[in-house]
Amino acid sequence: MSVSDTAPILCVDHVMVRFGGLTAIADLHFDVRPGEILSLIGPNGAGKTTAFNVITGFLKPTQGEVRFKGVPLGGLQPHSITRLGLARTFQRTSVFPDDTVLDNVLIGLHREGGGRLFDAVFNLKRERAAERAAHENARAILDLVGLSGRAQEKAGALSYGEQRLVGVALALATRPSMLLLDEPVSGMNASETQVFVDLLRTIRARGVTILLVEHDMPMVMEVSDRIVVLNYGRLIAEGPPDAIRADPAVIEAYLGKGAAAAVAQAAMQEAAHA
Amino acid sequence: MTRHLPLSHLPLALLVVLALLPLGLSDPYLLNALIQTGIFTIGAMSLNLLLGYTGQLSLGHIAFFGIGAYASALTALGFDVELLFGWRVVHEPWPPLAGFVLAVLIAGATGYLVGRLSFRVRGAYFVIVTISFAEVVRLVALNWVELTQGPLALTGIPAMRLGLPGLGEMIFRTKVQNYYLVLAVAALSYLVVARFTRSRFGRAMRGLKENEALALSVGVNATRTLTIAATASAAMAGAAGSLYAHYFRIVDPDVFLFSTTVTMVIMVVSGGKGTLIGPVVGGLIFGLLPVALRPVLAPEAQWIVYGAVLILILFLMPRGIVPKLEALAARRPRAAAAQKPVEAESRP
Repeated sequence: MSVSDTAPILCVDHVMVRFGGLTAIADLHFDVRPGEILSLIGPNGAGKTTAFNVITGFLKPTQGEVRFKGVPLGGLQPHSITRLGLARTFQRTSVFPDDTVLDNVLIGLHREGGGRLFDAVFNLKRERAAERAAHENARAILDLVGLSGRAQEKAGALSYGEQRLVGVALALATRPSMLLLDEPVSGMNASETQVFVDLLRTIRARGVTILLVEHDMPMVMEVSDRIVVLNYGRLIAEGPPDAIRADPAVIEAYLGKGAAAAVAQAAMQEAAHA
Repeated sequence: MTRHLPLSHLPLALLVVLALLPLGLSDPYLLNALIQTGIFTIGAMSLNLLLGYTGQLSLGHIAFFGIGAYASALTALGFDVELLFGWRVVHEPWPPLAGFVLAVLIAGATGYLVGRLSFRVRGAYFVIVTISFAEVVRLVALNWVELTQGPLALTGIPAMRLGLPGLGEMIFRTKVQNYYLVLAVAALSYLVVARFTRSRFGRAMRGLKENEALALSVGVNATRTLTIAATASAAMAGAAGSLYAHYFRIVDPDVFLFSTTVTMVIMVVSGGKGTLIGPVVGGLIFGLLPVALRPVLAPEAQWIVYGAVLILILFLMPRGIVPKLEALAARRPRAAAAQKPVEAESRP
């Protein structure tokens, strides 16, 4: 990651997204540097999830483009973008509910082992070796996210927080060089969140760049190297956590949003005390 | 997993019972019914590969079956047709085994084409494309008289022959011989579906069915995965069609009847879609039910009872017979374990 600190791994280049007459993102422009943890924050409806969907190919931008490792992502299908090394998690449905946790990760690993259909149908030695390797990899990933004990449980039966971890395990199974996490700690309690923060640092230490969308301000302030603030589909601030915390534009954006903002403000004050 | 133990032996037990059945059964009418049931059960297994494991409903599945039947019959009979601009194609008869192989390949190729064309948009679109495809193929079979004899049917199709090195040639002429041939192909199909669905391709298929957006996000190529499933499914249906042609020795355009697709859907859904043994259980029940009802009921009443049984099964077991049995089997050992903690099942 120290090789090219200047060249961004992800470049969101003046992206605009419009649904009919509604502008979800007006003009979004930011870079993510290799190896950093960058957070994308903003009040509800600021366009964070839309930005995620554009970056990962689930939505096409009306204008502008996204480049990953210099490759323009316009026109690429979501699965092709994943195969370039850009993986994501989802805000809500983050698991395959009817499969076990282990099988979930194995679905994520479906491209590994290289076993071909012919090998599978005839159960060749090569296929069995590939299957063994996939199982070992899946176990290792479950170890990493701390779900080893849950391997045989149905994913749909896990707690909300644990399903989040399955989502992260699935994303890691694609061997990403960059991970996009959409509100990963919502629904987690404080201690679960702390464990998750440690997990993020472990993942980053393995050379994975992380882009985070999150409402939990103490967590964002603690873990981020840099923060990008969105409001009404526009970028209103960008910088390290301390600068963002003191930025008048950011405070105004959150204060002006009524009840939701009050919660966010309290969270920010809490962060300031911490 | 110990709790699936009683059910995990079901396929093997069923195979043993079916293999021993002809020893105590000489009634040709019943044997015929069993062979026919077996052939359509293979069709149901192939449909399950698509419907059960990817969630895509092919309501024209009989097209692949019929294409297999015609391809196999024409390979074995030979033909002489004139195409456009006086271009004549003559094919000398080949052995029935070549017909079987070609039936699998040609049906698989059409499955690939239909999949490629329709899986860019899925769901209802695929259902409509498959229905239309089956109807078009039926009309071709009906009207291309020079090749298919149209409504006069292809007759005199030779029985399946299998050349075994060192053992000479086996000809499947009698009902018992055909019974074992169908049973062998069915067992093989079961094994193929089992291996297929447990492989990484099967996992990609399940992922798409359970949560498509998430599957795409972990790099599953939806179009490619579904096309592979459609190809394998169609090829297997083609194998069943070939067995049909060489057993009944006659193929007419009625082989493409829509109602046969519906029968296969009933077999899959009642038995339990997305389970390996479900289509076999459903296939045996709805293949043999008409035979069982015939001596005791008037023809009109037979179909009413048939419908009532179907409704009853789906009402009591909406996910199918096998998933229901699995759920029951999973509950019982746990209740037993609660009474006798010493025997509690081992958990990781």
